[in-house]
Amino acid sequence: MPDATVVQLSGVDKIFGHGDVPVTTALDSINLDIGRGEFVSLIGPSGCGKSTLLRIIGDLTEPTGGDAVINGKPAAQARRDRDYGIVFQAPVLMDWRTVEDNVKLPLEVMGWDAGRRSARAAEMLELMELGDFLHHHPYQLSGGMQQRVAIARALAFEPALLLMDEPFGALDEMTRERMNSEVLRIWERTGITVVFVTHSIPEAVFLSSRVVVMSARPGRITKVIDIDLPRPRGELTRESPRYFELVTEVREELRRGGALVDDAGAGSAARTMAEGAVG
Amino acid sequence: MAGVGVGEARPGSVRTRLGIGRQRQILLLVGFVVVVFVLWEGAKFLGGVPWRALGTGPQGPVIHNPPFRWPLANDLNLPHIWNILLVLFQPFQRGSDVTVLQHVVGAALYTWREAGIGFVVGAFVGLALATAFVHSRLLERAFVPYVIASQTIPIIALAPMIVFAFGQSVISVVIIATYLTFFPVTIAMIRGLRSYDPRAMELMRSFAASPWQAYVKLRLPASLPYLFTALKIAATASIVGAIVGEGPGGVADGLGRVIITYNQYYITGPEKLWATILITALLGIAFFLLIRGLEVLVLRARPSAVAG
Repeated sequence: MPDATVVQLSGVDKIFGHGDVPVTTALDSINLDIGRGEFVSLIGPSGCGKSTLLRIIGDLTEPTGGDAVINGKPAAQARRDRDYGIVFQAPVLMDWRTVEDNVKLPLEVMGWDAGRRSARAAEMLELMELGDFLHHHPYQLSGGMQQRVAIARALAFEPALLLMDEPFGALDEMTRERMNSEVLRIWERTGITVVFVTHSIPEAVFLSSRVVVMSARPGRITKVIDIDLPRPRGELTRESPRYFELVTEVREELRRGGALVDDAGAGSAARTMAEGAVG
Repeated sequence: MAGVGVGEARPGSVRTRLGIGRQRQILLLVGFVVVVFVLWEGAKFLGGVPWRALGTGPQGPVIHNPPFRWPLANDLNLPHIWNILLVLFQPFQRGSDVTVLQHVVGAALYTWREAGIGFVVGAFVGLALATAFVHSRLLERAFVPYVIASQTIPIIALAPMIVFAFGQSVISVVIIATYLTFFPVTIAMIRGLRSYDPRAMELMRSFAASPWQAYVKLRLPASLPYLFTALKIAATASIVGAIVGEGPGGVADGLGRVIITYNQYYITGPEKLWATILITALLGIAFFLLIRGLEVLVLRARPSAVAG
């Protein structure tokens, strides 16, 4: 079993602030194991620490307490071993580089020779259906295309773990659904382990093998829901009764955690999520 | 999916905008020159000394007698623009077959070479200082005040000291030009080298990039818009530095000596100094435009970064 575990979080705490600064408990004793090839979504209201948790897994933030073990190593070592591919909400492309050169960036850093770099960049961009845009610059692409370049860059060096922090949060609903299918296709093809942070209940249910529901202040895992929808998933999945049941289950779990409140005083984040769930 | 991708691309719109802007810019520039000409000669028409036929000198026939006599509009303070242009084609010394234009342009190119060397050295010094400062708060706190203080010393006070230390030569002039160049580059690059997207730095971190790789592949390219802004300031400053330095530096072949000489003969021929100022200004503009052209070339993939 340990061999198949990619992410092992035990008792992870994160407390922000010290001295005179007000202390916020962003994460409170988080325990979570993620197996090889799983697609796990973290969902919860704003401020529940889901992004912080992702950053701790990726060694971008240090936990205050507890351990994050990745592939049997401390997170820092996993980062030095280049085990992570990261995709943020913004594409974060370098606008002075062409699409192709953006994908090559990690490969340059990792010392691949020029021939292998070109071959891999072309292969990845072909996979993301951007084969005709190798020599374009980022500003010439739409937001969805830019995000596909970011995914190609994150996957180019074949990391063990793909960390995605609300990667489609800035895209419109249509583009988002297309990107979801795209990500699933890539995931099925590569067998990579994915940790996916999102605000969107339908997105989490559609993509994941498990949905981790979190509550805010302090950030805690309230429930882990297995998504037993058959694969491959597609447009029909979104219309199946089981899909709706699971969306409802996640929504109810969020409400139980205080994320969704029915009265007029509901926070805007919660409202956004409720609306997202309808769509 | 693929079809959607093609439809989403939006190439080329930036170029169109630039084209319209360019036309308006040229129109504005020409308009400005016309306005200056009209104001200048208008003042002379109303309050100058009697206008004489072109190229005839003080004994020529009067073709217009202005109604007023304003001292500021006389031929010494405000020579006729056409006389300034005409003097360019007269011999620079009595009996010489070298025109003022050839003489001054030759001097300008000589000065440009000194300024150019100082500019390049200064840019590298500025970049090196800024690089050290952004990597060490301690160095930044300790030395940036001195960098700023260095620019409060008037160059006419400093130039003789530099000449005393390095001798009367082109080297001293280059050092003075360097001195005026490194400052804007240092200050701009302290900012520029910190202007990268912090998430891009996190990506570099996730690639386990070395500090050098992060510098070359992220910090430096992200800072280029700042660098070019500084270089455009430094381009003109380096020319001023070189001209001022040529006096104490004892360099006889540059604009500094030409300006000093024509200053001394201003009473007898003010047009020559005006003509020299014109050429000097054109040199500054040429240097500026060279850097600007380089900027457009280097930053062409970042339409948002290229501003006037």
